[in-house]
Amino acid sequence: MTALSAFFQYPFLARAMVVGILVSLCAALLGVSLVLKRYSMIGDGLSHVGFGALAFALATGWAPMAVAIPVVIIAAFLLLRLSESGKIRGDAAIGLISSSALAGGVIIISLDSGMNADVNGYLFGSILAMSNSDVILSVLLSIIVLTLFLLFYRQLFAITFDEAFARATGIQAEAFHMLIALLTALTIVIGMRVMGAMLISSLVIFPPLTAMRVCRSFKGVVVVSAVVSVVCLIGGLIASFSFDTPAGASVVLVNLAVFLLFAFAGRWLSPNME
Amino acid sequence: MPLIQCENLTMSYENRNAVENVSFSIEPGDYLCIVGENGSGKSTLLKGLLGLMRPKNGKILFGDGLTQTSIGYLPQQTVVQRDFPASVQEVVISGCLHQKGFGPFYKPSQRTAANAAMEKLNITSLRKKSYRALSGGQQQRVLLARALCATDKLLLLDEPVTGLDPVVTSDLYALLKQLNQEGVAIVMVSHDINCSIHNARKILHMNTGVLFFGSVEAYRKSALCEKFLGRDAH
Repeated sequence: MTALSAFFQYPFLARAMVVGILVSLCAALLGVSLVLKRYSMIGDGLSHVGFGALAFALATGWAPMAVAIPVVIIAAFLLLRLSESGKIRGDAAIGLISSSALAGGVIIISLDSGMNADVNGYLFGSILAMSNSDVILSVLLSIIVLTLFLLFYRQLFAITFDEAFARATGIQAEAFHMLIALLTALTIVIGMRVMGAMLISSLVIFPPLTAMRVCRSFKGVVVVSAVVSVVCLIGGLIASFSFDTPAGASVVLVNLAVFLLFAFAGRWLSPNME
Repeated sequence: MPLIQCENLTMSYENRNAVENVSFSIEPGDYLCIVGENGSGKSTLLKGLLGLMRPKNGKILFGDGLTQTSIGYLPQQTVVQRDFPASVQEVVISGCLHQKGFGPFYKPSQRTAANAAMEKLNITSLRKKSYRALSGGQQQRVLLARALCATDKLLLLDEPVTGLDPVVTSDLYALLKQLNQEGVAIVMVSHDINCSIHNARKILHMNTGVLFFGSVEAYRKSALCEKFLGRDAH
């Protein structure tokens, strides 16, 4: 309870909580489609690119978001193009881009100042990093993601389940892929400061996988995934504050615990699943 | 008036023609099998009919109230679908998406159409079950019900019996025959030449161009059929 009341006393905690909840909600919704389409590593690739961009911004003194957002959006389109053109396989393309960006980021930082605490925060998450403009950005992002998700829910289902059929009924699948990549890029950049560049992709991957342990329908997966994601984030941030552990890492461990719980529950319920 | 009329259709990847100068038509109530070896352009032709790929030359005309987006398409199953968490009902009703509309919910008329399709294919009792928990034959029925939501004129099936056991395969053929008798035209791409000449009424034999297009009876008498069947037996 003391941890909870602290969230109302310290504005930086309240900011981290608001940004975290909204980002985790968006990531979970986008994640359902990404995970089912086998694109979940795009999140990982983009976060590493985001780290590279932030390092560059730190070194040059430019505004971090102003650098990171466009760079990550471009990377998202590039990754999608690469994996669709088929010249380099999608997972390999992501490996190339993400390790290069990470390496670039680390080199820039080590040339600039040497590894310091700030970098630790960028890599593994910090609840201290949120500014008021981050809060505004995350509110805007979540309004956009939620609106689009509700508007295009049925089309999204069709594309995720069976792209060939969806395209045959006249749905513009490429446009949807672009949209999902764009929104994922934004979610990752905004969430990266709380969760850390190394760990933000867990917000995309864990909740849908957890929900899939127990849900039979797509709607069920979407709803449970969103709820699980937000609950785990709140739990993780409270733990982070109470035990003074890195925010992103705490959220990931809470997610892992819930995943295991659901996996066991799924096993136990499995006769009813058939 | 034919449902689909292809006139001198040529389709190509980069500079290689996969489909060359193909002309044929699909009449209402037809049962047409498109046969040919791997790489003979069957799948490419299908993509052209569905509007997934643009023809290089020639025309595809739609008639008798059919539009390109109201073809009932049954694609080959993908890896993604095998463990996909979706209820049978969700999959079937997604066939109604060619009717424009936004928002997370389907219209009552679309729900009625989905229920009728499930009833027709005898899968109403499975409606709440998860797609991934079904057998291969049941999954194929679900996808067929979805295709029926999209059309009442033309079903287009891409190798529909791949991976099904013989009993389920003959069930599927019986089902298609029944749908055909109810007035739905059926176009099927198939490797299985034996089943094709037993079930279909027309054959389109392709090898980039058209080798044969006509009735099954005429095809049986052709040297082409003998050669194809003979080689099949080995």
